[in-house]
Amino acid sequence: MAGFLLRRLVNYVVLALVATFLAFTLASATFDPIGVLQQRNPPPPAASIEAKKRDLHLDQPIPQRFVTWMSGVVQGDFGRTITDRPITDELGRRIGVSLRLFLLGITIGILFGVLLGVVSAIRQYKFSDYFATLFSFILLSTPVFVLGTLLKMGAQGINDSIGSNVLIFVGEETPGFQGNWFEHLGDRLQHLIVPTLTIALGQIAYYSRYQRSSMLDVLGSDFLRTAQAKGLTRRKALFKHGLRTALIPMATLFAFGFGLLVVGGTFTERIFGWFGMGDWLVTGISAQDTNITATVTLFVAVCVLFSGWLADVLYAALDPRIRVN
Amino acid sequence: MTTSEIQFDVPADPVVEGPVLQVEDLHVSFPSEAGRVQAVRGLSYHVSPGEVLGIVGESGSGKSVSSLAVMGLLPSSARITGSIKFQGRELIGRGDSELSKIRGRRISMVFQDPLSALTPVYTVGDQIAEAILVHRKGAVSKAAAAKRAVELLDLVGIPNAAERAKAFPHEFSGGMRQRAVIAMAIANDPDLIIADEPTTALDVTVQAQVLQLLETAQEVTGAGIVIITHDLGVVAGFADRLMVMYAGRAVEKGKVDEIYQQPRMPYTLGLLGSIPRLDVGEKQALVPITGQPPSLTDLPPGCPFAPRCPMVVDACHTAEPPLIEVDGSDEHHAACIRTGEIAATDAEGAEAAAEIFGAEVVEEPEIAKVPREQRDIVLGLDHVVKEYAVNKGVVFKRRVGTVHAVAGITFDIREGETLGLVGESGCGKTTTLMEILGLEKPMGGEISVLGTNVSSLDSKRRFEIRRDMSVVFQDPMASLDPRLTINDVIAEPMQVHGYSKDAINRRVPELMRLVGLRPEQLSRYPGEFSGGQRQRIGIARALALEPKLVVLDEPVSALDVSIQAGVINLLEELKSKLGLAYLFVAHDLSVVRHIADRVAVMYLGKIVEIGEVDSVFDAPRHPYTQALLSAIPIPDPVKERQRERILLTGDLPSPANPPSGCRFRTRCFLHASLPPEKQRTCIELEPPREVQAPDHEAACHFAQIRQVL
Ligand SMILES: Nc1ncnc2c1ncn2[C@@H]1O[C@H](COP(=O)(O)OP(=O)(O)OP(=O)(O)O)[C@@H](O)[C@H]1O
Ligand code: SF4
Ligand code: SF4
Ligand SMILES: [Mg+2]
Repeated sequence: MAGFLLRRLVNYVVLALVATFLAFTLASATFDPIGVLQQRNPPPPAASIEAKKRDLHLDQPIPQRFVTWMSGVVQGDFGRTITDRPITDELGRRIGVSLRLFLLGITIGILFGVLLGVVSAIRQYKFSDYFATLFSFILLSTPVFVLGTLLKMGAQGINDSIGSNVLIFVGEETPGFQGNWFEHLGDRLQHLIVPTLTIALGQIAYYSRYQRSSMLDVLGSDFLRTAQAKGLTRRKALFKHGLRTALIPMATLFAFGFGLLVVGGTFTERIFGWFGMGDWLVTGISAQDTNITATVTLFVAVCVLFSGWLADVLYAALDPRIRVN
Repeated sequence: MTTSEIQFDVPADPVVEGPVLQVEDLHVSFPSEAGRVQAVRGLSYHVSPGEVLGIVGESGSGKSVSSLAVMGLLPSSARITGSIKFQGRELIGRGDSELSKIRGRRISMVFQDPLSALTPVYTVGDQIAEAILVHRKGAVSKAAAAKRAVELLDLVGIPNAAERAKAFPHEFSGGMRQRAVIAMAIANDPDLIIADEPTTALDVTVQAQVLQLLETAQEVTGAGIVIITHDLGVVAGFADRLMVMYAGRAVEKGKVDEIYQQPRMPYTLGLLGSIPRLDVGEKQALVPITGQPPSLTDLPPGCPFAPRCPMVVDACHTAEPPLIEVDGSDEHHAACIRTGEIAATDAEGAEAAAEIFGAEVVEEPEIAKVPREQRDIVLGLDHVVKEYAVNKGVVFKRRVGTVHAVAGITFDIREGETLGLVGESGCGKTTTLMEILGLEKPMGGEISVLGTNVSSLDSKRRFEIRRDMSVVFQDPMASLDPRLTINDVIAEPMQVHGYSKDAINRRVPELMRLVGLRPEQLSRYPGEFSGGQRQRIGIARALALEPKLVVLDEPVSALDVSIQAGVINLLEELKSKLGLAYLFVAHDLSVVRHIADRVAVMYLGKIVEIGEVDSVFDAPRHPYTQALLSAIPIPDPVKERQRERILLTGDLPSPANPPSGCRFRTRCFLHASLPPEKQRTCIELEPPREVQAPDHEAACHFAQIRQVL
């Protein structure tokens, strides 16, 4: 089993490399940082343009540039931005900002999504099921920026009615905030609520749909009936035998769910003015900056593939039929 | 089985007078788009302590629904009225938490499909222990429950129980899972066990083991048992009383012997007459019950069996006949207005059925009069071998073993002849079929069709030869494309072989009539037909190209007995009319005895006994054949009670690693009784196939006749 998981991990590392290489190649081939530089007014002196070209290794073929960049990455050096600042300076902080948002969002999404799906399945064709179905479909078909904007408006409404700024939806903390660590925490929480909700709602809708159908499969199953025939109450049988089994197919979904989230997260970060990885990607692309683009891609790939690997582990842990071979 | 030393540490139940279960006027209905489905309509029965009640009836007759009502396990959409008294206490109207205290503790249930009856994610031991813990929280520790689970597994005959308790359900075979479910059912020493078709999904040898186990369970717990089945054979030797259900009602009730010998309701008669008998040598007339059970949404007034009843008269349509006493016995009741006339006929049981339903023995084909040696060989297999590689690894596959699925089998089929190929699941029957149908050169040995060796065929000849050979599969639903009309389904093989449009349009209706269907139905889709009708369509399609040989893979095993009889009769008629030869693969030996001229018994990829049916069935020489035959229940309570069963231990060994010498030795009772030096022969030498009697060969070093019927 451990061998299997290890092999999968190796596969994933290779995949992450390939994804990053593709992003790097695409960015290098299409971006024209020198062109951007030349259009400045007044145009920079020819010497500094030449220097820039050398810095960016534009004289080398793209695969070689990738190798150069990658050998830096292995040593913890992600290169410099086009404005000549080391990427590593910003990387840690941005990752922290993004992960805080994503991890919280996905955890809430999974927990409540599974719960909602189960309730929906058990109460199939009843009012609560219809309601949950409607709720999910609306959410799933609403673009993130619309949802984010709506939530902002809602938060504004709440703030107005309370008469104080409880829910803050700009930035991830109040700039220049003074206070002890506890007050800092409070301030960050105030900033966190609305964006997290934006992410979590979509995730809840997504997971609840799948959980509902996987639970429905289990509801009609013979083993659930056996469990009740043994003397378990329906509720107990549903949770101990039904839900436990219905969770198995969900494991694989978690990986994809996370991928979706990271992509959608870009919008969320922009809407709420969080300077995370998603925001950075947009910045990188508009500045025609290959290194930023490749770094963010690498981060996304690692996240998705790590969650894929986690899904494998989870799957193996949940399903004894996998575990044996 | 040494069972009695296991003590049930349950406080003695309060002695309750009267029946354990008393069901009165039970009605169950479900909402559906077509109106309310009246699944159970006024059912009354009782079970006394220690008594075995058999409930028999066709699919959809309400057997399961009525039992689930007793367990309180019907979906909440079901409307239940009437009374279900368990040990004098009313169960209807009690809530889930109250019922859950009785379920598994006082009443337990064994379900039909053991493969899906256990939760895949918990170990078998844990699931059995749970059955104990859920009722005795606090009184029994987890460790004690786990220990008890192992004892129970041992009791139900799982070898190496302590080890196996840690296994997950998917590591158990079907038979073992059913044992585990039974272990759960008896864990709390219940007073009533309901078994809903507990053996339907199992091989005959395993079925015999499970029935035996249920008997043991009944002895150990002293519980009353309700056993539900659609196979009258299964309950003949086991049940004390019998209830026959039709369209949600009891139509006949009584002591087992009374019902088998003096059935007094035409439906029961039909059921009895539709079963091919293993113990009847001469050709027997099988009674098909035509038509289908009525829809339960809006039953017309009158007897619900009337549309299918050969004795129907006008009076039958006026009111639904009540259950009345027959033959002056206060136990025997039947719901038919003409029971008196049935009682007046001289014939008994199945013979009376054949008489009343007007069933006749199908005539032998002309060609059968020609001695076998003078007829042409249609299909010949000579030491045919098929092996599969067992691979491991996902990316880098490496071969870790070989499954010897078919290990050198030899037989031939001559013109106008039926060879039955029988054996437990996994013995290589289907692989053999696939080898034949593939018309490719086998891995080893030779296959010849109509005198042509298939390895010498070029693709054009191979295509031509396919016309002479066709196939009918087990599952009529799965083998017909649901998007094609019946017309297209039947016409397809003719189109492939380039028949003209005219020829096809003439032939298709002809084929429909040939298999007993109306040509007007040609534009319908397979989904609109019942199982039996779909199987007929499959047969029509197989006959389209006028083949000489038809390969039938379990053609009737998915059908209800009454429908099965019709399809068997049809196959016999076609054979006689068209001079077909059949290779008939089945696990039901009674059907094989009825339809086949010769039979080949397979075990782990080899033929262990082959020969003329009557010779093999009446004087079997190979211990495996003897065990197989003895495992088949006979629908005759008197005979059945006297029969001695040879119970095979364990399951089929893995064909990837077959035992040395005689492949059957690990389960052979004869081998076990031999002195060591003779046992060595079995272990070291593979027994050759030797002639035992005219047209009768067996492969056993110590072959001897043993009558088991
Ligand atoms: N949950 C349900 N909802 C609606 N109809 C149902 C439900 N369960 C059973 N029925 C209907 O009740 C009738 C009786 O079904 P039941 O399962 O008792 O038959 P059975 O005698 O056990 O048949 P089988 O031999 O196939 O097991 C059938 O017409 C079936 O379609
Ligand atoms: S009452 Fe009439 S239709 Fe019904 S079983 Fe008897 S004879 Fe047949
Ligand atoms: S050869 Fe030996 S082991 Fe095989 S069937 Fe005969 S007695 Fe049994
Ligand atoms: Mg049933």
